[in-house]
Amino acid sequence: MNPFVGDQLANLHRLAPEVVLSVFGILVMIADPFVGAARKRVLGWVAFAGAVLALASVHIANHFPGPAYSDLIRVDSFSMFAHVIILVAVALAILGSLDYLDQQHIQRGEYYALVLFAAAGMGILAGANELVTAFVGLEMSSIASYVLVGFRRRSPASNEASLKYFLLGSFATAFFLYGVAMIYGATGTTRIDAVQAALEKIITADQHEPALAVLSLALIFVGLGFKVVVAPFQVYAPDVYEGAPTPVTALLASAPKAATFALMIRIFYVAFSPLTGLWFWLICVVAVLTMLVGNLAALVQTNVKRMLAYSSIAHAGYILVAFAASTSLGVAAVLFYLAAYIFMKVGAFLIVTHLGQQDEKRVSIQDYSGLASKQPVVAACFSLFLLSLLGLPATGGFLGKFFAFQSALIVQRRSLTLLVVIAAINSVIGAYYYLRVIITMYFQAPSRDYTPSRVAPAVAIALAIAAAGTLYLGILPSRVLDLAQAAADSLFSH
Amino acid sequence: MSIPIILFLVCALVAVAGAVVLILAREPIHSALALVVVMMALAVLYLLLGAPFIAAVQIIVYAGAIMVLFVFVIMLLNAGVEERTDFSKLAKFAGVPLGFFLLLEIAHWLAHSPIGAAIANGAGSSAGESSTTELSEMLFRQYLFPFEATSILILIAILGALVLARKEE
Repeated sequence: MNPFVGDQLANLHRLAPEVVLSVFGILVMIADPFVGAARKRVLGWVAFAGAVLALASVHIANHFPGPAYSDLIRVDSFSMFAHVIILVAVALAILGSLDYLDQQHIQRGEYYALVLFAAAGMGILAGANELVTAFVGLEMSSIASYVLVGFRRRSPASNEASLKYFLLGSFATAFFLYGVAMIYGATGTTRIDAVQAALEKIITADQHEPALAVLSLALIFVGLGFKVVVAPFQVYAPDVYEGAPTPVTALLASAPKAATFALMIRIFYVAFSPLTGLWFWLICVVAVLTMLVGNLAALVQTNVKRMLAYSSIAHAGYILVAFAASTSLGVAAVLFYLAAYIFMKVGAFLIVTHLGQQDEKRVSIQDYSGLASKQPVVAACFSLFLLSLLGLPATGGFLGKFFAFQSALIVQRRSLTLLVVIAAINSVIGAYYYLRVIITMYFQAPSRDYTPSRVAPAVAIALAIAAAGTLYLGILPSRVLDLAQAAADSLFSH
Repeated sequence: MSIPIILFLVCALVAVAGAVVLILAREPIHSALALVVVMMALAVLYLLLGAPFIAAVQIIVYAGAIMVLFVFVIMLLNAGVEERTDFSKLAKFAGVPLGFFLLLEIAHWLAHSPIGAAIANGAGSSAGESSTTELSEMLFRQYLFPFEATSILILIAILGALVLARKEE
């Protein structure tokens, strides 16, 4: 075969998940006009098939490790691990959307196409080895999210959330882009590994960090910190998570976060590794702020969606604890945490989706009173997800936190030990608001005026997968942990 | 002072002034016109940097197509005078000074940094005809992937506009 053609084919294989997602997204778009209004659900199943096939195609990409497209994309275990997390979250969110969209009378093909395109963008984020490529991926995932958040067009809250997210999100991406420009000014390249080499050279020659690179570090952190929702860039999140259609909230709180954390790890651990001494303190301070803001604000929420939004802010803080460890063990802990996190978070939001009813009227904690006597299985599932978010042993959330804290303690730095102590205190604060919901469900008299609808089969499948994932990671973590460690090692082996 | 430096100073000042007017103007149409000024001044700066192709694209795409769209939207919406809201106290006493501080800091470091020694002996050196060829080499070889991914990005934007603008049945 012509070597050029062979090369291009290998490149396509390396991008198999993104290609599959884009093809299915376009397929949904083309099929949309030919499907009658009453049967739009079919498109949801097509999209689900696309997400599952993309998940399977990670296997294909895995057979072609190495750089793709002049090293703009890296196919390594790290990228593949992140891909699996993202695609599982996307598939679960699609399953949760099918009946929700019917119920709200907004069943449309565009919804699924946007979800698939957003997933393709997140895949690019996870594999990007170059900052302009990462920017395109970031925009793909962000712009699709802005629209998805505003998908309940008749609801003012949804519109407001969409506009807010769009305006602030555009600002955040601008910060990221500004940072990319600065690092290009400092090093003359935007390739992540080349930036690392250039920075090392400059620092050994000048004996101090180049100011532009430090500036770039700060600006890029603002941009990405907004997307993973850490304090002090968290202000928008509760409003957006509350206003968005709940399955979209499930997606927003999981997949883009995992993808952006993957990119953040690549940028901070590889490109900015010569500046580790600087960003270590940045991450530490932000982690403390994020945990405190998330947990303290969650205490006073009466709306379940807002409560879970603040809880996801707190979890970003726990992830940053492992991030601050700046070791390969820390990266593995972040990856494992993300894997456990998407199951419990998507699961919890899908329960809220199921209980929300027409126009999402039933989203206050009081609406959940006595749920255990009406729908015992749903209440049990929700309790499982909440206990996992709280970090009870035998759940994925517990081991996620355990490995995160362990990876920070093992470094034996006083600041990191202090950080873990603060994180542990925060976990205890978190117990209050998670347990409050469980107590409401089990020990309060059921409200008479509210009967939750039956659990639709698609939602039941999604909940079963999420619950199984949470328990599996909590009881048999070794296999996933090994994969996470291999993924973390692949990041440093280039 | 040589002519390029004078040209640079004039255009840079015009660009900054245009940007300030763009933000401060109360009539949307004035803001739009100020944006044209900024775009034109930037195009001249690109020319000075030896990138005639980018300069031409800047004028055609931004000053031409995008500006016409802006003006049309303002016309169709019949947008009146912008309403002013007061700054919050936090923004007034912390945000504005800190913003200025950041601006000064960025300017200071930009002025004192050896801006990419690599750029100086790399990409920026070429001028004239070859720059278009070089650009296409970059765009269609080295950066082929983000270039292609942008097409999906545009598809997302079209789809999004469709979703948000369509009439509810």
